[in-house]
This record gives sequence, structure tokens and C-alpha cells, in this order.
Amino acid sequence: MKFSEKWLRQWVHIDASTQQLVDKITMAGLEVDSVEPVAGAFTGVVVAEIVACEQHPNADKLRVTQVSTGQETFQVVCGAPNARVGIKVPFATVGAVLPGNFKIKKAKLRGVESCGMLCAEQELGISDAADGLMELALDALVGEDIRDYLSLDDKIIDVDLTPNRGDCLSMAGLAREVSANFLADVIEHPVAEVAPVINDTFKVFIDAPAGCPRYVGRVIRNVDVTRPAPLWLTERLRRSGIRSIDPVVDVTNYVMLELGQPMHGFDLDTLAGSIHVRMAKPAETLTLLDGQTVTLNDNTLVIADEHKALAIAGVMGGEGSGVSATTRNVFLESAFFDPITVAGKARSYGLHTDSSHRFERGVDHQLQKKAVERATALILDICGGEPGPVSEVASETHLPAQREVMLRSDKVTALLGMAIDNHHIEALLTRLGLDLNAQGEGCWLVSVPSWRFDIAIEEDLVEELGRIYGYDNLPQNTPSALLKMQQVDEARVTESDIRRVLTARGYQEAICFSFYDPQLHRQFDPVREHVALSNPIASDLSVMRTSLLPGLVKTAQYNLNRQQSRVRLFETGLTFIKEGGQLKQESMLAALITGSRQPESWLGKAEPVDFFDLKGDFAAVFALGQCADEFVFVKGEHPAMHPGQCARITRAGEVVGHMGALHPSLAKALDVPAALFLVELHLSAVIAGEVTAFTSLSKYPEVRRDLALVVADSVTAGEVEHTIASVAGELLRHVNTFDVYAGKGIGEGRKSLAMSLTLQHPSRTLRDDEVNELVDRVVSRLQQDFAACLRH
Amino acid sequence: MENLDNTLDTLVAEALNAVAVVADAPALDEIRVRFLGKKGELTALLKSLGQLSAEERPKAGELINKGKQQVQDAINQKKALLDQQALDARLASESIDVTLSGRGQDLGTVHPITRTMERISDYFGRIGFTVEQGPEIEDDYHNFEALNIPGHHPARAMHDTFYFDQSTVLRTHTSPVQVRTMERFVRNNDNPPIAIVCPGKVYRCDSDQTHSPMFHQVEGLYVAEQVSFADLKSVLVDFLRVFFERDDLQVRFRPSYFPFTEPSAEVDIEWGRNDDGSIKWLEVLGCGMVHPQVFRHCGIDPDRYTGFAFGMGVERFAMLRYGVNDLRQFFENDLRFLDQFR
Repeated sequence: MKFSEKWLRQWVHIDASTQQLVDKITMAGLEVDSVEPVAGAFTGVVVAEIVACEQHPNADKLRVTQVSTGQETFQVVCGAPNARVGIKVPFATVGAVLPGNFKIKKAKLRGVESCGMLCAEQELGISDAADGLMELALDALVGEDIRDYLSLDDKIIDVDLTPNRGDCLSMAGLAREVSANFLADVIEHPVAEVAPVINDTFKVFIDAPAGCPRYVGRVIRNVDVTRPAPLWLTERLRRSGIRSIDPVVDVTNYVMLELGQPMHGFDLDTLAGSIHVRMAKPAETLTLLDGQTVTLNDNTLVIADEHKALAIAGVMGGEGSGVSATTRNVFLESAFFDPITVAGKARSYGLHTDSSHRFERGVDHQLQKKAVERATALILDICGGEPGPVSEVASETHLPAQREVMLRSDKVTALLGMAIDNHHIEALLTRLGLDLNAQGEGCWLVSVPSWRFDIAIEEDLVEELGRIYGYDNLPQNTPSALLKMQQVDEARVTESDIRRVLTARGYQEAICFSFYDPQLHRQFDPVREHVALSNPIASDLSVMRTSLLPGLVKTAQYNLNRQQSRVRLFETGLTFIKEGGQLKQESMLAALITGSRQPESWLGKAEPVDFFDLKGDFAAVFALGQCADEFVFVKGEHPAMHPGQCARITRAGEVVGHMGALHPSLAKALDVPAALFLVELHLSAVIAGEVTAFTSLSKYPEVRRDLALVVADSVTAGEVEHTIASVAGELLRHVNTFDVYAGKGIGEGRKSLAMSLTLQHPSRTLRDDEVNELVDRVVSRLQQDFAACLRH
Repeated sequence: MENLDNTLDTLVAEALNAVAVVADAPALDEIRVRFLGKKGELTALLKSLGQLSAEERPKAGELINKGKQQVQDAINQKKALLDQQALDARLASESIDVTLSGRGQDLGTVHPITRTMERISDYFGRIGFTVEQGPEIEDDYHNFEALNIPGHHPARAMHDTFYFDQSTVLRTHTSPVQVRTMERFVRNNDNPPIAIVCPGKVYRCDSDQTHSPMFHQVEGLYVAEQVSFADLKSVLVDFLRVFFERDDLQVRFRPSYFPFTEPSAEVDIEWGRNDDGSIKWLEVLGCGMVHPQVFRHCGIDPDRYTGFAFGMGVERFAMLRYGVNDLRQFFENDLRFLDQFR
């Protein structure tokens, strides 16, 4: 909320600088966002009247004016289109200094002498308006310094109020808060009742008393809305960011700023029969003041007459029923709308108004009559008119009950970590308008004033005490806890272990958005259903990812487009998959490589990465959990991967992920190199490990036998190794494929696998004959299973 | 005898001269063979001792052996010299340009957001807090209701929530993890103390220079008997001073409002000075004492336990720590950006 500092100081006298005021209320929870002067720094500008205005002899767009400051008349050349005889304007005299240290001197403009300058609002730093001279009220006193006349030695303070402090959305409320913080009394602004001079009333029916427990109205006849609101009033509105519209609207806005009660002025002559406060009817429409027509929801409280809805209660009035330039008779509304009924309604119609902002947070339900009296007095002052009696309809049972909250000094001590003296507690809370009834030593029943919607429980009162006492004055205490050691699962591989391995191998961690383009989803994962946001921020961020791979490929693309030819990325994060109506949110680990195997170097020709670079790096990741052998690669399929270069990775029979080359058609579509390799794994499979169980070292020599096996192309090394391991049994320490060869001497459709078997007995030296026997068994099994033959 | 002396002197002189001028090891060996070999010239002199008288023989033998030794020493010295020269030459030929780059992968990088989350979690871990995580697609209950933010609450408007349907949202903060953790404690019949931090991604429907629709938070929760605001202040002041590695960092607590804490505060740190020397304050986190209604929603007795909770934006901390000036860079994943966080 923005407000004039001067205005506030008329509500509470404090002996503090602007900075001290701002610091104090900020530290009391009313955070000040900004403090701006209401006008730029300038001197030498006075109120002047244009007494003559003639065309400049040498320039079409300039005029030569004579302006009077009362004692003297000056000739001033002026280019503003609205310069004319009779208006009063700010006049920068010779010697004046305008914002930006702009000094006004006597000058000749196209041959005509000009002694000073007539000013627009922008030139004085009052607003951005620069399309003409600032026109002052006709009753402005010529010769008066404009800073005094407009009361410009003032600042606009913008305070960012938290939603619980709706009670501070007015001068009266801010004054209460300042009073409590500076121990200064609020200067009471008593509002006198305005006696009715006519008997006219307008009938009001509250059909929905839960939403509107109180409705106060008043008829005022024969108002002259052509009379402008006075400068002091419109200036205060302006300093709160509210534009002057017409005197009645200005007054209702002013009362809202002053007391906190949003009001509405109806043109009485447009109302049919009586006012009904009711819920909207199905499919009922209303054209609002801002010109838009809305179809009302039946949970919306409206103000209606006998024919139709006239306003959304507490949000905005309708077109045609509000006060206008032709209005003669006014019906003022000052109601209390229930916060929960009003909450969210403005937003549901795409609106946010000063009124809805206040009603949603809670308006003092004791304020309605006072606000009507205040508004009546102001309207009569400005526009004249004849007020009728104030009429009030209320449902006492629906008005908020007087709240009483128990407060114990023990609770204060326990929550704040320090004791506050009982009399100090009483003094602090009383200042805030709370009424304390002692219930024995250190215990009170606290009556909460009607404007404080946020105080409902004991903790709320403790916060009030802490806040006014000053959080910075509260103690600090290092908490002590039991030195209880916690279990740590050694077998579990941590994500930071995985990051350590991958970064050591040259990978960079990326963090991509969890939502992406549905098109990208279809390209990478055409089968599985995605989860779509109902209110995405953009269509390319509208569905939740089912895979980390699209994000990594897009990231690679981003970097490739920025002259990075070598990209090695990884990411961990959740994916979101709908499966049989159930949503699965699973942590995944994914990586991508493209470009050269090693950073470019003098050491040799740059070789491009291939599948086995990625596989080697992930072998190191799998090794973290001591279970690398459990990860089995078999030929697999993945919609985003090259069908001939794709592995399904399983662990204990469960598919845990896929690794492969990006599908060439996808590479083409995304304009990235085809030699781009990807892996995605379920993180849960990677982090499950085992603790080392030591096996004794054999003292006996190892025996190595190499086999050169010729098999069909379709036979994989993995299958052969697996079979060798199962036949050779416990004596086999290790089996390794150390060469793969196809071509001359092998035969079409066949390949040679060179494999080494390392054998060792734990407790004795192996004999040649038993090794030979074992190797023979292996070979004959391979012949049987794979039609393998030994190469000679 | 005199004859022998002359011959010996001549031979020794000749040998020493030869050794002195020889340039390589094979030639030196030839000299050794020529003078000291089995058939060498000095060896031959020894063999001629028999022609001398018995009384001259010892003296002559001694002289010859002395001469041989003199030559042998010269050869040894020369040999050592030649070996050294040969070694020097080989080493010189084997020298490399040590300024050339090494072989193998460059060191990769952990994302600065991860790094910052790990630092934060680590500091709290050192005083006994454990890390908890939870789902990012949350139900309305855990994201709002349980945290004392009912449907009509004005605070909901401030959350700019991404919705899937009326009751399913992308979590707007990591606070639902606190709720889930407390619920689990109650379900397992465990009792406080509960001391957790919840790092993770959160989402708000807002995107501009200073807002990202996805960002990260670390929230913390400490529940025990007799936890007070004084404990909260102490832990957070310590944390901020440890995080920024400044023991004199000025910290202030400013009253604020969150539906799930009461009392609530925002915490500002000193971040530079104004022209007049006053402190420039920068808001870095929100905190407060857990609202009793939140405890009740989770099944924890608010009359027995109290607690504090806090939450901070990881991007903000990373930006301040490393001087990053544009929030959006964190999610562009430009390698030149990532490269700076080794």
C-alpha cells in the first residue's frame, strides 16, 4: 500500500525522521518497499495565471503568453497545446532550478524574449504526464510557491503488507501500528453524524446474510457531480496511486484509504425497486465498470436490484448503475462482506481491485456506519446535496463474534525463549488496541478488536509481543541435543558418489526443466502417456517429462549451436509417468556424450566417441556399489535410440535402463550429430550396492588359457562369456574378450572372438590335465550352444 | 734396469696420452687391451722380469705395477667421464616439452545449484539434521491444507501454483516434505526430536528475469520439547555465517507472515553499505515457529512439542555466493557457465 507520509503524520505525531519511521515499521513487520519523493527536487516555481496568450510571430507551434504572479507579469514563450488565458499553472521563474539541475534563464525563443517557463507535471517530477501544462485549480493563490501549494515536501511510502495485516490497509490502521511502535498516541479523527435533511431511504434486502452480515446505505439527493474534489483530497489519492475520477468516486476511495472501508456509490435513479444482496443466479451476466461482461458463477455474491445484478459484492461495480457525470441522486453502499465468501472471487474473474484486496483480508465489521457518515460529510462539502437517514441491515448472528484468546506468560517465555514482565506484556498489547483481563498471575483473557482478523490463538499474541518488542532484541540460544549417532547404510551408493565418478570422467552436471514441449515428448517417448499441466507458462513447457533424455539432447543442441563440439552431460531428477491411472515419480540418472573421445590435443587425431566410451564410464558408476557384474547388457530397443546400437540394461532380471546411440532420424530432426550416445537408468538400481565381503587371496599360481572362437555374427560376446563362466564354475577367476575380428579367413557372417580364461584354485596348484579337461568341457559346450569352433 | 725404467716411463706416458685423447668407450677399451690386456705391452714388461736379477726383480715389479695402476686409474677415470658424457647425451636426446598438455579427460563439474544444496545440507548435517525428499507432483492437502493454507486463503494467490487438476499441483515449496516426514514419524510411533532438511525442486507459475518457473529450495524443520524462537535465531545466524564464511556477517530478523508458522520472520543479511554507511539489507530466507495447526494436522501434540521451520531459495544463495547475475543461466546449462564451478 502506498501512502503520503505527511498524511500519516497528521494521524500520529512522532518525533522521528522518515528513515527512522521506515526502519521501525519494517522491523515491526510492515516491510517498506520504497520511499519516493512526491515530486522532483526543484525551487523557484510559483502558481501563475495566464493573462494573455498570442500566437508566436515566427513559430507555428509556439505561443507568447503573459503570466501573472500577482505582483508582476512576465512574458513567457510556451509550446504547450493547452496554454490559454485564464488557467493557473506552475511557473518556473528566472533563477528557478528544476529537477536534473536544470536552471531557468532569460532566453530568446525565435526572436521573442521569454522570462521563465510554464511547466508540465513531468518537468516537476510529479508524474510522467508531459502532454501539456499542469493545470491547477482555479482557486489556487497566484504567487504561492508550488511546493507549498501542492504540499510537495512529502514522500510516498510503499509498504508491502503481508496478507494477515488487512487492518493496516488504511491510514487509521497504519496510525495504530505506528502508535504502538513509537509509543505515540493516535490523533483521533472523530466522525460526526450528518443529520438527515430528507426522509428518503432505499430498501435493502440481504438474501445471503452469511456472505453479507451488514449492509449500510444512504440516499443523498441533488448532488452536483460537476464540482471537482479539492486538491488536498485528489493529491492524497494520487499519492496512494489512485486516479481522480469524479467527486463521489473520489470520496468513496478517500474514505477507503482513510478508514479502510471500501464503498460504492450507485446512481439512485438507475436502481429498480430495491437492493438485494444475494448469490448470483445460474448463467447470470454482468457488465462491469471496466467494460468487460462476465458470466457469474453461482458461488459469487452480488449486489442486485429487482431486475439484475449490479455489482460483484466487494469486488467491482457494474456499468450503468454507478455514479456518472449525469448523476443527481446517489445511493451510498458501505457493507461488510465475509472474507471467505469474497476470497478468490476477484481472481476467478481475472480481477484484482482495492476493494477485493481489502475484503479478502478482512475489513473491520464495526466500521460501516462511520464510513457512510464520513463519506456523506465529504460529499456534501464538495457537491452539496440532501442526505437521507442512514439505513442499516445486519444479521448479528452472521457477524464475526468477538474473539477472546487466553494468554499465559509461560507460553510467551517458552516460545520466545525469554520472559517479558507481566506489566510489559500488558502495556505492549494494550497499545495495539487489545483488551486484557487478568485471570490470575501471568494469565489473561485477551479481547481481540474487530479489525484484527489475524489474531485467533495464543501464538498470534506471542508473535505480537515479539514483533513489538523487536525480534532483534530477542535472545539467541544455541540448542543442545543428545549426541545420538545415526545409522548410515554403507552399501548404499550416494548421488554424490555418482557425481564424483562422472565428473572425474569429464561429465558436467546439467539441471533441465521438469516440463517440456509435448512435441519433444512424442519424439522421444511416443508410447507412454505424459502428465500435462492445466495452466502451463508456455506451450513448450506444458507437459511433465517422462525421461531426462530430451532435456539432455536439447542441452547438447544448445551448446553445439554455441561452438562447443564436445559435450558430456549428466543429470539426475524425477520423471513423471502415468501407469494404469497411477502417477509414478521416479528418480533417474541420465547421461549424454558426443564429440571427440578426448579433449582436442597434440597427442593424436581426435577420435569420435562411441557406445563403448559411455559403457566404460558407466561401468565405473556400476562398480561403486560393488555389484558391477549384476548389470547385464543385452541388445534392446528404445524409441529414441538406433535400433542396432541400443542396449537394454538389466539387474537381477529387472530392466533398469537403456544405453545407445541417438536414433539417426531424431538426430536429423534435432540437427545434432548422429554420433551422440545416451543412457538413462533408474537411480534406485544404481544406488543399491553391497558391502565388500573379503575373500582370501590364493597363494597358488593363476593359469591363463586363450581361446580363439569362431561364431556367427549374431552371437554376442556377453552370451559366450556367460556360458564360459557357468561351465568353468568356481575355478574361473576371470573371463575376458580381448579381440574381435571379422573378415579375411573367417568366412561370411562369422566372427572370431579371442577370449582369455584365468583359472586358479584357492588351495593348491592346478594340474595341466584338469585345466585341459575344463577347457575341453567349455569348448564342447560352446560348440553345442553356439556352433562355435576353435580357430586354427 | 735403467733400460726397463725408460721403457716403462715411455709406455706409461704413451698410455696416459692415448687415454687422454681417446673419445669413446670402444677406443678406450682398445687402449686397455693394448697396454693392460693379457698380451698388453705393460703386461709384457712384467713377463720380462725374469731377465732381471733376483734383487732387482721386486723393485722392478713394484715399479711396473705402479705404472700399470697409474694407467688403470686413468682408464677408469676416463671411462667414468665417457659414461657420464654418454648418459648426458642420451638424457639430452630424451628431453620432452613439459608445457604440452596432459592426456585424459578434463575434470567435469557439479551444477552450482547441486553444489549449493549439498553445502547447505552438509552444514545442517553436521548438527544432526538428516536429508528428506518427497514428490514434486503433490496433492493439495500436503502442499496447502496441512500447512494451514485453506482454499480461500489470500496466500494461495501469492503462490502462483501450477495445477494438473483441482487437487493436484506441482509443489510450490518443499514444505510438504516436512508434513510427510512428521506424518511418517507419527505412523511409525516415533517421537521427536525431528531434525530434517528438505532440498529440492519447486515450481511457481511465473517467469521473467528474476523468476524461474522451476527453482530450488532447502527447507528445514526442528521439532522437540521446548524449542524456542531463540533457538531458531541462533541456528540460522550460525548457518548464514558459515555459508558465507563470515563470522561478522550482520543478520536481522524481521516479522513477517507465513500461514504455517507463528511467530514468523524473514531474515535479512548485510549485503553492502548505503552511501551514508548504513547497512544494505537483503532478504535471504523465511522462518518461524511451527504453527500448532500444522502439528495437529500431522498428529503431533502442540502442547508437548514446539519447533521451528525455515526455507530458503537455493538460486539466491548460489547467486550471492558465486556472483552469478542472471537466474536464468542456471537452467540454460551453457557449458561455459557450468565449467566455472569445479
